[in-house]
Amino acid sequence: MSTPRAVEVRGVRKRYGSVQALDGVSLEVAPGEFFGLLGPNGAGKTTLIAALGGLARADSGSLCVMGHDVERDYRAARRALGIVPQEVVFDPFFTVRETLEIQSGYFGLRRNGAWIDELLERLALASKAGANMRSLSGGMKRRVMVAQALVHRPPVIVLDEPTAGVDVELRQTLWSFIRMLNAAGHTIVLTTHYLEEAQQLCSRIAMLKEGRIVALDSTANLLAAFSERVLRVKLEGCALPAALTPGATLDAAGWWRIPISDLGHVEAALASLREAGAAIASLEVAEPELEQVFVKIMHREEPRP
Amino acid sequence: MSGFPTLFYKEVLRFWKVSFQTVAAPVLAALLYLMVFAHALGGRVQPFPGVSYLEFLVPGLAMMAMLQNAFANSSSSIIQSKVTGNMVFILLPPLAPLEIFGAYLLASVVRALAVGVGVIAAALAFVALPLAHPLWALAFALVGAGLLGCLGIIAGICSEKFDQLAAFQNFVVMPLTFLAGVFYSVHSLPPFWQAVTRVNPFFYVIDGFRFGFFGQSDVRPVASLAFATGAFGALSWLTLHLLRRGYKLRH
Repeated sequence: MSTPRAVEVRGVRKRYGSVQALDGVSLEVAPGEFFGLLGPNGAGKTTLIAALGGLARADSGSLCVMGHDVERDYRAARRALGIVPQEVVFDPFFTVRETLEIQSGYFGLRRNGAWIDELLERLALASKAGANMRSLSGGMKRRVMVAQALVHRPPVIVLDEPTAGVDVELRQTLWSFIRMLNAAGHTIVLTTHYLEEAQQLCSRIAMLKEGRIVALDSTANLLAAFSERVLRVKLEGCALPAALTPGATLDAAGWWRIPISDLGHVEAALASLREAGAAIASLEVAEPELEQVFVKIMHREEPRP
Repeated sequence: MSGFPTLFYKEVLRFWKVSFQTVAAPVLAALLYLMVFAHALGGRVQPFPGVSYLEFLVPGLAMMAMLQNAFANSSSSIIQSKVTGNMVFILLPPLAPLEIFGAYLLASVVRALAVGVGVIAAALAFVALPLAHPLWALAFALVGAGLLGCLGIIAGICSEKFDQLAAFQNFVVMPLTFLAGVFYSVHSLPPFWQAVTRVNPFFYVIDGFRFGFFGQSDVRPVASLAFATGAFGALSWLTLHLLRRGYKLRH
């Protein structure tokens, strides 16, 4: 018997009225992975997460968390899963600590004070423990939601755009904490619109478009296949030498993007510029970016069955 | 360990934190009814032999307040959670439909009993009240509160906005409680309205609750309890069915 996948999604379809939110999604996430779920708004990311947490019911297909089916074995599946929902929501009747104690209680955990204290500390909420939820700023409320998702120490943690509208400091606090949890063996599934975050954090990525998976591979493979290193140059009042024009593009800000397959080509490109007597105003080497991968994949024609 | 005790505790805490509004206010409202109606009708009506109108009114008003507050508790909690979105914190943990049902129901019953005891205790300042059969009174209090607690869960689940819930409250719960014989004995009604009253389950809990105090009622208490318990059982089944299906909660 093999160890169960942290997340296993098989042929999941879900329709809301005339919208096919999920159209046969299958994917697996291994225990301990940092997995990215990317796609434009309306691609089905949140619906997939809702189906995983039992907030929505798939029309067909199956979903398992740590080997537990989310319908048949929902108790075990939900114990293994911590979801930070995308919308900032809270119960205005309670303080931060009450909120976390109550959330622990829903999982049957009565004496969870030590872990709650640690969560408050790690998420920089300790000074707000006795404050009513209503009095917190949006970013603070979001931190409480992260703590709520973690009260039962789930092996699988799903974060649905956790950094939307959040300041830089919290973003850093949050990511260092999540990285620590990941290093301790927790599986992380992340959706975000900040692609540089996903590129830094995720070892594997699935891209969704219109309810279908259009790319699923390691971040390194996706970058190698769909992105390239480019030399960016801004010239002062002169044209790009003909030797460099194949494949080069000019952006609105006047920067030339010249693809270079390896760093050795930088030298050759600079030599051509020098020979042509071009005056260089600015110059940089840009590493492959997930954003390029994303744009290419989203605009690629998909063969329809 | 089960999450049920926490959800129950949270639901009790929720109304207890604002008890001035959820317990004291309904007690005051019941007392105002008591004073106004007793003044207006006190000398002229005697529904049961040997029972003054003021005495007659107290158990009915207490039960009416209990029914309305049992309904208000579960329905307002659910609709608030749905509208503000914090229902996810109850839907994501491993709470079984029966646990969710039991927690909302019991919290409604607790609030109803707090209001009921408050109304009776306050009324005792104005009128001496017998307590002929306390266990009957308790049984009807529990079944009545349970019935409306259930109805509140159903209304909360089915409503999507506050005004839909308000419509349910104003056009279903209020008429049924007002026309359930709180202010009069059904025997004083014309035959048609007597027949209408007899299909209203609220009538049986009010009539039976009153039996617990005076040992007199319009309907035999055993029959009333059977009817009310039957209605409670049917609504419980329906509520659980909705929760298991995730109706309007899990999309």
